[in-house]
Amino acid sequence: MTTTTLAVLVPLLPFLGAVAGLLLGRNAPGFVRPLAVLPTLTALALAVVVAVRQGGDAALTAATELTPTGSVPIELSLYIDGFAALVAVLVGTVATCVQIYSTGYLREDPRYPSYAALVSLFTSAMFLVVYTGDLIVLLVGWEVMGICSYFLVGHYWETPEARAASLKAFLVTKLGDVPFLIGLFALATDAGSFEITKVLDAVAHGGLGHPTVIALLLLAGVAGKSAQFPLHTWLPDAMAGPTPVSALIHAATMVAAGVYFIARLLPVFEASQAAMVVLAVMAAVTMVGSGLAALAQDDIKRVLAYSTIGQLGYMTGALAVGDRSAAVFHLLSHGAFKALLFLAAGVIIHAAGTNSLAAMSRTSRLRERIPDAYWTMTVALLALAAIPPFSGFFSKESVLGAAEHVTTGHTEHAPGAAGWLVLLAGLITALLTAAYATRLWLLAFHGRGAEAPDHGRQPLTMTVVLWVLAVPSLGLGALAYRTLPGWFDGNDLAPTVTTSVLGTGVALAGALIAYAAWRHLRPLAAVAPLGAVAAHPEGDAGQVEAEAIATHAPAYGDVASAPDPADPGRLLLGPLYRHAAVGFHLDAVYSALFVRPVQGGASLVRFLDREVVDTYVRGAGALPRWLGAAVRRAQTGNVQTYVSALLAGTVVLAVAVLLVASGA
Amino acid sequence: MHLAYPAVLAALLFCTGLYGVLARRNAILVLMSVELMLNAVNLNLVAFDVWLSRAAEETLHSGQALTLFTIAIAAAEIGIGLAIVLAVYRARGTSDIDRLRDTAEGHETDTSETGPGTEKAEATA
Amino acid sequence: MNPAATAALAAAQHGFLSPSGVEIAFVLVGLATLGAALVTVTTRQLVHAALWLVVALGGLAVEYLLLTAEFIAWVQVLIYVGSVVVLLLFGLMLTKAPIGRSPDADSGNRWAALTVAVAAAAALVWVVVDAFRTTWIDLDGPAAGSTEVTGASLFQNWVLPFEALSVLLLAALVGAIVLSRKAKAESSSPPVNARSVTKSSLGVTESSDREGAR
Repeated sequence: MTTTTLAVLVPLLPFLGAVAGLLLGRNAPGFVRPLAVLPTLTALALAVVVAVRQGGDAALTAATELTPTGSVPIELSLYIDGFAALVAVLVGTVATCVQIYSTGYLREDPRYPSYAALVSLFTSAMFLVVYTGDLIVLLVGWEVMGICSYFLVGHYWETPEARAASLKAFLVTKLGDVPFLIGLFALATDAGSFEITKVLDAVAHGGLGHPTVIALLLLAGVAGKSAQFPLHTWLPDAMAGPTPVSALIHAATMVAAGVYFIARLLPVFEASQAAMVVLAVMAAVTMVGSGLAALAQDDIKRVLAYSTIGQLGYMTGALAVGDRSAAVFHLLSHGAFKALLFLAAGVIIHAAGTNSLAAMSRTSRLRERIPDAYWTMTVALLALAAIPPFSGFFSKESVLGAAEHVTTGHTEHAPGAAGWLVLLAGLITALLTAAYATRLWLLAFHGRGAEAPDHGRQPLTMTVVLWVLAVPSLGLGALAYRTLPGWFDGNDLAPTVTTSVLGTGVALAGALIAYAAWRHLRPLAAVAPLGAVAAHPEGDAGQVEAEAIATHAPAYGDVASAPDPADPGRLLLGPLYRHAAVGFHLDAVYSALFVRPVQGGASLVRFLDREVVDTYVRGAGALPRWLGAAVRRAQTGNVQTYVSALLAGTVVLAVAVLLVASGA
Repeated sequence: MHLAYPAVLAALLFCTGLYGVLARRNAILVLMSVELMLNAVNLNLVAFDVWLSRAAEETLHSGQALTLFTIAIAAAEIGIGLAIVLAVYRARGTSDIDRLRDTAEGHETDTSETGPGTEKAEATA
Repeated sequence: MNPAATAALAAAQHGFLSPSGVEIAFVLVGLATLGAALVTVTTRQLVHAALWLVVALGGLAVEYLLLTAEFIAWVQVLIYVGSVVVLLLFGLMLTKAPIGRSPDADSGNRWAALTVAVAAAAALVWVVVDAFRTTWIDLDGPAAGSTEVTGASLFQNWVLPFEALSVLLLAALVGAIVLSRKAKAESSSPPVNARSVTKSSLGVTESSDREGAR
């Protein structure tokens, strides 16, 4: 088969798997698990083959026009360069791992068939976004991901948190998608085509009329999808979904779509200096803010969610300094270790019976119960904290290196200010990342108190996946930073000495500070008992997690934080802790700025509709009703009355005709 | 003779019959009024036929022929009409036109049991 | 001679203030006829209405004679006075019409009827008088409606309609018989609540008919 056919099959297979899963889910439960895993696995294999055949050479393009669509043609087209090929491999890997993991995680869930089908559909949509060469087709995949994430985040729809979170995820990403759509149309109008290659040609020849407007509009959609400030608020709440969903959607694929999109169309953004500065500011605010917020979260998955936002900030930062190779490099390594982190967190939640770090810090011997999760989580956290030689170190250094490269004024694409901004924010975030990674590790695995309950070994499907993902987390960076430039733009991705020393230094400093704070506060934990565990510890992991999420707010007073005096984040953040725990009140600001005015407007509209418009409607209806009643009264049934009226009318008409005829 | 005399007489007779049709309650009296109206028309036909047959050289006497036909048709009509009235009377026990109100709005039961005509019917009986 | 000149000539020969004998007779009989008709539609005694109708129809026969239409006059007497009124009287008797004054011979529609009738009369009289105030009928010469003339025109020019009319009469005859027969079949049931009884007794009636046929 040709590479093109293989590439077409990659998004198609999970899609067919999803359709078959939805159709057969109820009637043939035996087919559901193979239908979930095999198409995704095959798609991964095909994606690997495609990547090998493409090999980082010139982009592979193929296009077919389905039907004429008017002024600007829309084509089903492929555009596979090194970025697309490698990101597709990442997507396939993570999706396969998640599907395998889900078979164990949700093994007793009655809604598993639809869940698996939606995950397949989601994977297919992401493949479509990655491989397509047409912006409208990209938009299709983009929106399918949006709706799938809505359904998947709301998987535990019995809990109000999950319902609210799914709605929020949908609405906030849609808030970004509206300007995104307008931006796409503006871009296509300026460039005369939806084809990415033609758009890039037009940009290269200066064909864009309004680069800043287009770039900013597109940026809004990217901010929504990739959870960048100020549209990031949906991501922490989306942790109300099952952990594998968090791993798939909110770590490696959906949020990566935004970054990948900018990477594809980077020349469009580079055409506008203002957009690049906005991108840099966005990245910097996102990085630092999410780092601070992550330190204050009590829910283990919300810590990871904020860390996702921060790592995505690194990627947008790399894009803001015009280095898409670094951005996609970080995307690849982050995808691997963040998926691992989430999946391991799922195991931890299952074993501990809670998602609260405060409760885990009062539980001992948790690491002996789940050694696989402990070791792989340690690897992933080291990668997250960018400690050499783990993969996160290399990718993050490539970002910082690119920023430093810009600050020294060696490039014409990005403004120097953006470089400084990204570099400083990146270093601060490195410190914060190391601190919250350390806090997470210490609180989760080094608690003191009652022994963790023994549930026996975790299902093999769940632990094997962890080790599979641990491999790239451990070794991808060191292997890739030499080979990847060949696949990408050819930029050097090797870490520079300055940034390496600086980055590793602040990371170690952050880890040490967090450790010191933890040691200092540790005795307090024994004084202040705290914690609640799931009511059904013998249930499958999905059920335990759903109960943990549902009970967090009643048990600790908030879905995000816990009143734990022994939390090192409380000492480190000081007065900021309170604000960081609720995401710096951004939800409250949105509530005041948007939700309440909209609700007020809705009640106003309801009032206008019920009291004003309906009055007219009722009035308009009353007159015919009265007329009808009057006419009905005339229907006496007396024939003589009818004939009288008839003849009276005849006389009147005859007289009228006579008068007219005689000219009177 | 002045043509206005028969014409005015016919008009007045017609309107008298009209009044009877509209105002009489008994169906047979209504039929009588119809006869009056028909006769008024007959008078008109005859008068105009006489007038026109004098004015024209050749005439078909269509007015008089039509009068004859009308008389015949009226006889047939009165026969059928009386048969209908009899049938109604046998079915309903009355031949009062304003009590046959089956087509009235909101009519649900037989008008002989309800409605404004009940008292009058009793008075008639 | 144009019509206007004819009218002027006629006006010269005749006059409103010098009516001929025929005219005087016509008006007097016409007044009697109209009066009888008015009594017919207003009297409270139903049988009297039929009798006054005889007077009115008889008066009309006289008017036909005055208009020289003698054949029609006799037909009028024969058919209307002779048969129609008799039929009507039979109808009154068969429907058990009250003999003597009935206070509610007129329905509640009376005033509306009066209004419509007076308005129609006013409009018609106004139009007729306005149209024919200068038109005279010449009644001299051979009678326009003698039996010979009428017969000749009827059987020369109007044979086909005449025969068709016989078919119509036959149909009316059959129809009247059918209606009466059906009514007769139902007359066995009491008149009150006749509808429901009719429905329930229909099968019985039919079966009895069949037995009778056997």
